[in-house]
Amino acid sequence: MSYIYEDYDVVVIGAGHAGCEAALACARLSLNTIIFTVSMDSVALMPCNPNIGGTSKGHLVREIDALGGEMGKNIDKTYIQSRMLNLSKGPAVHSLRAQADKMDYSNSMRKVLENTPNLTLKQAEIIDILVEDGKVKGVKTYSGAIYPCKAVILCTGTYLNARCIYGDTVHETGPNGLQSALYLTESLKKLGIEMFRFKTGTPARIDKRTIDFTKMEEQKGDEKIVPFSFINRGEDIQKEQVSCWLTYTTPKTHEIVQENIHRSPLFSGDIKGTGARYCPSIEDKVVRFPDRDRHQVFIEPEGNYTNEMYISGLSSSLPEDVQVRMYRSVPGLEKAEIVRNAYAIEYDCINPAQLKPTLEIRNIEGFFSAGQFNGSSGYEEAAAQGLMAGINASMKLLGKEPVVLDRSEAYIGVLIDDLITKETMEPYRMMTSRAEYRLLLRQDNADLRLTKIGYQVGLIDKERYQAVVNKEETIRKEIKRLESTVIGAKSEVQELLKSLNSSPLTTASTLADLIRRPELNYEVLKTIDTQREDLPDDVIEQVNINIKYDGYIERQKRQVEQFRKQENKKIPENLDYDMIPSLRIEAKQKLNKFKPVSIGQASRISGVSPADISVLLVYLMQYNSKESSAIRKEYRNGI
Amino acid sequence: MKSDTIAAIATGNSSAGISIIRISGDKAFPAIDRIYRHKNGRKKISNMKSHTIHYGFIVDGNEVIDEVMVTIMKAPSTYTREDVVEINCHGGIVVTRKILEAVLKQDIRLAEPGEFTKRAFLNGRIDLSQAEAVCDIINAKNEIALKNSLNQLRGREKTIIETIRKSILRDVAYIEAALDDPENFTLEGFADDLKSHLKLNCKAIDELIKSSKNGKLIKEGIKTVILGKPNAGKSSLLNILVKEDRAIVTDIAGTTRDTLEETIRLNDITLNIIDTAGIRNTDDVIEKIGVEKAIKLSQDADLILYVIDSSRALDENDDRILALIEDKNAILLLNKSDLRPVVTPNDIKDKSNHPIIITSFLDYRGVEELELLIKEKFFEGSLTIHEDIYITNDRHLEAFNNALNSLRMVEDSVNKQMPEDFYSIDLMAAYEELGKILGENLSEDLINMIFSEFCMGK
Repeated sequence: MSYIYEDYDVVVIGAGHAGCEAALACARLSLNTIIFTVSMDSVALMPCNPNIGGTSKGHLVREIDALGGEMGKNIDKTYIQSRMLNLSKGPAVHSLRAQADKMDYSNSMRKVLENTPNLTLKQAEIIDILVEDGKVKGVKTYSGAIYPCKAVILCTGTYLNARCIYGDTVHETGPNGLQSALYLTESLKKLGIEMFRFKTGTPARIDKRTIDFTKMEEQKGDEKIVPFSFINRGEDIQKEQVSCWLTYTTPKTHEIVQENIHRSPLFSGDIKGTGARYCPSIEDKVVRFPDRDRHQVFIEPEGNYTNEMYISGLSSSLPEDVQVRMYRSVPGLEKAEIVRNAYAIEYDCINPAQLKPTLEIRNIEGFFSAGQFNGSSGYEEAAAQGLMAGINASMKLLGKEPVVLDRSEAYIGVLIDDLITKETMEPYRMMTSRAEYRLLLRQDNADLRLTKIGYQVGLIDKERYQAVVNKEETIRKEIKRLESTVIGAKSEVQELLKSLNSSPLTTASTLADLIRRPELNYEVLKTIDTQREDLPDDVIEQVNINIKYDGYIERQKRQVEQFRKQENKKIPENLDYDMIPSLRIEAKQKLNKFKPVSIGQASRISGVSPADISVLLVYLMQYNSKESSAIRKEYRNGI
Repeated sequence: MKSDTIAAIATGNSSAGISIIRISGDKAFPAIDRIYRHKNGRKKISNMKSHTIHYGFIVDGNEVIDEVMVTIMKAPSTYTREDVVEINCHGGIVVTRKILEAVLKQDIRLAEPGEFTKRAFLNGRIDLSQAEAVCDIINAKNEIALKNSLNQLRGREKTIIETIRKSILRDVAYIEAALDDPENFTLEGFADDLKSHLKLNCKAIDELIKSSKNGKLIKEGIKTVILGKPNAGKSSLLNILVKEDRAIVTDIAGTTRDTLEETIRLNDITLNIIDTAGIRNTDDVIEKIGVEKAIKLSQDADLILYVIDSSRALDENDDRILALIEDKNAILLLNKSDLRPVVTPNDIKDKSNHPIIITSFLDYRGVEELELLIKEKFFEGSLTIHEDIYITNDRHLEAFNNALNSLRMVEDSVNKQMPEDFYSIDLMAAYEELGKILGENLSEDLINMIFSEFCMGK
């Protein structure tokens, strides 16, 4: 029997990393919000790796923070080790990664949810999405309670029809043995939503007391840590850190895998889902790269509350008896006691080509989705989508303009654009190589890029916004000063240059030109820069980067200008591409499938050629003939 | 922000009559001012009244390229509604292309296929009701351009481009793998590897540029291919066509060394005759080099002269060739009519619709008839030069130059000890430029290469 329980503005389904951000965003924007989880103990659960951030994912977390999301703050509270990766490379690829205390992370996020006004956290399984006339009307729980609402944000992660598998052992559960969601897929299919089946996997957890760390390399955290959140200062959250450990697989490991490969469900065909190439199981690695004589294995603590250690690099779906032998063939793990087995997990997710850039499902008004359910992989990717889905559901209910970040503004923009534009046939992981304007999208300037947007949305307060505006001004002034301060070839200058292995000046030079030399930077010129004021570290960082790499940065900015022109040429939502006779058939099919919102997005769809784009432009001119002169003007530019 | 200025040869590259180079956009007038000289010395043509035509010279630096008539048309009463300049010059391909080159040096780029029409439309010059026709033009021209681009590449060139691209992509993939999985891949010492790859790739592109420039000379005229089995008389035909009162304009051995190209003029028509030279005094074109060669040659040809030895019976090779040239512009020559014929025109009429001429190169029988037929075909318009081929060549050159510049920028970044992530930007730019020639777009090449070549991730 079903009955009406209570009205809400927004219902969020799933309290993982996407769901938490989505629900917090809506509630903070004053919408009456309820968030459902299958278990109160799985809020912001980290069922796989015990860390947040990493290459390009760290960028996402900082962007989430600049927009007013929670992930950065939560990991700053609960980290147990922190490192900035790629420091020997350019600033664009520096990436922050922190090991989390999993329990602490989960509890801390739960506390935030529980204490946010307008937000209700509830344990229940949703089995049906109620839709009338193409609009979301509410959701129904397993127990029959109906919650009428104006918007739904679906963040079911890996729970839909989930199966956990190793060898021929199958558990019909979600991750960590949690109950899976068995009914929702049917409801979604009835609504005409196209589903995919993806897989992912996780390695075993091993009892710390049974590991011989003397056979491994220790990996310590950074001495001086950098916080994820822009509201924190490093010195305020500095703490004693735990270590991770590095060891390697051996030929014996590979032999065990090879000999038992037929017992892996990945190869026997028991697993139908598509896995992410970025997260290969040890079976994948051994089969695909037979020439590699060893692979890295990182031993990472799950938290301070437990002896469990996460065995990164050795995810597997081999049978239990093989797993034990396989893990024990790794130096330092000879006597390892497995606490939890490695397993592969299969789950239902959506074909993200059905989403608008706002993460609203195209044919159902008010129905948003985010996270692993959208075909991504990773906590950070999920959180980023959750935040954007939350923001856009709120904007819709508040009658405001949607917020869509483009590829030149944020990794979040790249992530969502890729998801909805490319035919991603595997769980999508963020990578720096996916961001074509990455010199501009650095983790160090996420606040300068996005705080204003967070402020306009209403998730960032005035004080924080003003601080960013002031920071911007300070940076601008300092760069100007350095560009115009001329230094003569005085003896103290020459001596300093000599001591830094830099060639002496032959004529006068600006301070900025000296900073541009590869061997020099802002800091080391302090003694010859007499007018320098004391500036905060984050300002100095920006000044240094912007001067040192200004040639490249300017070039990317010019590319972005071209890119924006194409993005600004909008395509009407209901355009039927079959009506455009000169388009090639393949282009028609692809365009009808993806329904791009702009000429720019259309041009990124594989199978749509530059000639098709020209044809489309010409057609749109005719289509828009009523306002032709204005639109002509807009379209003419840059063609 | 304004759109850029474009130029292209607006007429066919036929050697008869005149050719027109059209320029459209803001920079059209400044450009023509720099390369146009009035006969009385320097006179700014852009100050003249719109829609007037002027006699003068086009110069490239100090070199006078040609005497010309230049039409200037100021926006908006022009085909594209932009400033338009049209240079009317003497028809020769070499001259026309030289003028185009001089124009392109003025910060002007080569027009995309159908781009003048596209601009005319987007700027409101062409009525909206004709949108469909405009779409068709753009689409058709693009298809031709892409086809030509691939046809124009010699097999070896294509292989070289593909090799360079693969080498570039692999380097980028390695850099990116190391950026995304820094604990697994190190970039230490990579700069040295990259430098040596860059050196090789730059050299290879440089050679492509050189051969592409040579190619321009070779390809003048109506591309005429003589096909035939050994001893059918193709060499004699070539000699007859080249000899006597007809001047040999050039005589350049092809870069692949197995073809010889002779350029002759038949009255006003330039024929560029290609014979399989290396095969002449050795062996059978069919057996030795194979039908492949004939396929390749006849694909690009404007005109095919198929010489058949009528004193010998037809075999399956003839059938294959006849099938091959079925849709081409071809003339069949039943040669050696001085001997007792085994093959008659009726035998061939069943297999082919092409016109047949009975010839004997010993006593010049049928040669005049052949020449008349070629002239007739040309003047009635059924025989034309593939003008797009010349433009294609320019496009290739543009892409090669852009790719080379990008690789040089990478070299510069390496020398300046920039961090490795900066290299990817220009490496990918070079990769994309070279891809334009092959008609390939970027899509997921890089990501796929990263995952297929390197064991990424945990």
